Amino acid sequence: MKTLYKKPESLNDIVTHYCPGCGHGIVHRLIAEVIDELNIREKTIGVAPVGCAVLAYNYFNFDVTEAAHGRAPAVATGIKRALPDNFVFSYQGDGDLAAIGTGEIIHAANRSENISVVFVNNTVYGMTGGQMAPTTLVGQKTLTSPGGRSSCTAGNPVKVCELLAPLEGVKYLYRGAVSSPSKINTVKKAIKQSFEIQLAGGGFSLVEILAQCPTYWGMTPCESVKHIETELVKTFPLGEIKKWKKE
Amino acid sequence: MKNKELVCGNIAFSEAAIRGGCRYYYGYPITPQNEVTSYMSSRMDEVGGVFLQAESEIASINMVFGAALTGARAMTSSSSPGISLMQEGISYLAACELPAVIANVMRGGPGLGNIAPAQSDYFQAVKGGGHGDYRLIVYAPSTVQEVVDYTYKSFSVAEKYRMQVMILMDGLLGQMMEPVVFPEMVEFKGIKSDWSITGCKGRAPRLVRSLFLGRGVLEDHNKKLQEKYKKAEETELKYETYKTEDAEVLLTSFGICARFCRKAVDLLREKGVAAGLFRPVTLWPFPGDKLFKVAENVKKIVCVEMNAGQMVEDVRLSVSNPEKVSFFGRTGGGIPSVSKIVEFAK
Ligand SMILES: Cc1ncc(C[n+]2csc(CCOP(=O)(O)OP(=O)(O)O)c2C)c(N)n1
Repeated sequence: MKTLYKKPESLNDIVTHYCPGCGHGIVHRLIAEVIDELNIREKTIGVAPVGCAVLAYNYFNFDVTEAAHGRAPAVATGIKRALPDNFVFSYQGDGDLAAIGTGEIIHAANRSENISVVFVNNTVYGMTGGQMAPTTLVGQKTLTSPGGRSSCTAGNPVKVCELLAPLEGVKYLYRGAVSSPSKINTVKKAIKQSFEIQLAGGGFSLVEILAQCPTYWGMTPCESVKHIETELVKTFPLGEIKKWKKE
Repeated sequence: MKNKELVCGNIAFSEAAIRGGCRYYYGYPITPQNEVTSYMSSRMDEVGGVFLQAESEIASINMVFGAALTGARAMTSSSSPGISLMQEGISYLAACELPAVIANVMRGGPGLGNIAPAQSDYFQAVKGGGHGDYRLIVYAPSTVQEVVDYTYKSFSVAEKYRMQVMILMDGLLGQMMEPVVFPEMVEFKGIKSDWSITGCKGRAPRLVRSLFLGRGVLEDHNKKLQEKYKKAEETELKYETYKTEDAEVLLTSFGICARFCRKAVDLLREKGVAAGLFRPVTLWPFPGDKLFKVAENVKKIVCVEMNAGQMVEDVRLSVSNPEKVSFFGRTGGGIPSVSKIVEFAK
């Protein structure tokens, strides 16, 4: 009998701590599938963030470390410069990457560090209980924007891909979502593209993934998925933000 | 005889680190240690290492974290404000037990302070600095040759305990030139360990982290750290005594300031005062028991520092006669003159 679907070798067979309907688990699986398909599990080093995905290190079946909040690109730089033949990726949330770690991501990108970044944008700080993130939509209610985010006092959502796109060192940017099977499939292709760029020595790439957070959006999982497709995409348009040009 | 080279303290620790097998240097410019980044940028090329000018000291220390994870010898250096920025990263290195070397060429503080030599980061270096129950091994060299010697050996000490070593200097030692002999280049091929992160080929996946959830798990981890700190405390202790056998007035001082005190001891003796000097070389572990013995029969203990009185607290805690301890120091980049030390101590 032909096996059509199985747990990727790069993923451990354990129950995750994620809330029902959370997007992180889907993203973990996509990364694991791509690593299996590229046959790079034994040379992969993952850098987990501080955020809900800090425990990603329990779920991945390859070498993983955990960086201080926002510093994953610097840690990944240190690893990759010491072990250029290994495959190194960072996994970061929007608070981690676009608030406290803004400096590290911009400079790793600008140096075109040969690393891959998987950026999970759920528009809130999940781990600390649902506070406003740099990516929180205008009008979105969070623990620290109870009346809805005001662009006058809190600024507008930070669009990470658009911010990084002009940097010459950035070789590939894609924004996807894990809100439907077809979108999940395209995100997987983007992750694979990013990983292949690194394997070819191509330089810095980042895949931003809009992910649902039913718990801190105050929605059911189904409503959350819909919210991505109707609301989030207006602020964060999907698609290839920067195409890879093989040099 | 080996050739002597005339170098400043900053170049001394840069070259000594390279001779000691360091091939990864990450740093951010700050006075008074700017010689380091410029030296490393060309020297690392020559030896096939990596120099990277990071976007901040926060990034530097986290790049060191990444390199140390792989079992490489890595270091960063800075001066006071930059070392403050590194504290979170140092705490993570300690928690993850990653060997690393950090040099602080201290300048006047607090705040932006000034760029004159100071010793006011003693508390930060020996009392934690960052958050959590951790320790650094802190060397306080007082000559440029000592800068070379302690930097050179600091990598193997760091690896022995999986700890972080801080070389605590000041702007004077960093800038001052003295003839030194550099040791041989170490042939370092990377640590063979059961913890480094290198990709899981041929072994089970590894994890290096500092998050310890679950009841009692962090406490157990901390107990393990404390046990190893205790071992380091017993074996890595270093100190120097000068004319203490018959001393009635005991000076205590560290780093560059101890050199002024050495001269003061000679001048005091010329004046008929039986003076001596006790100088901790490791500030952590602090040689308290040794100081206790040396200080037992003296009439007066004078702690001299280029700060407002920091090591003096450890001196008072160590001796049986704390009421005999007095402090003489200058802060904010001021340098105590030998004559003032003599006047205060006699
Ligand atoms: C220096 C520091 N500041 C703050 C925190 C607390 N903290 C932990 S996770 C987090 C935000 C995480 O949000 P995000 O990156 O969006 O990831 P998510 O949890 O939503 O997946 C914060 C502020 C910390 N651990 N360290």
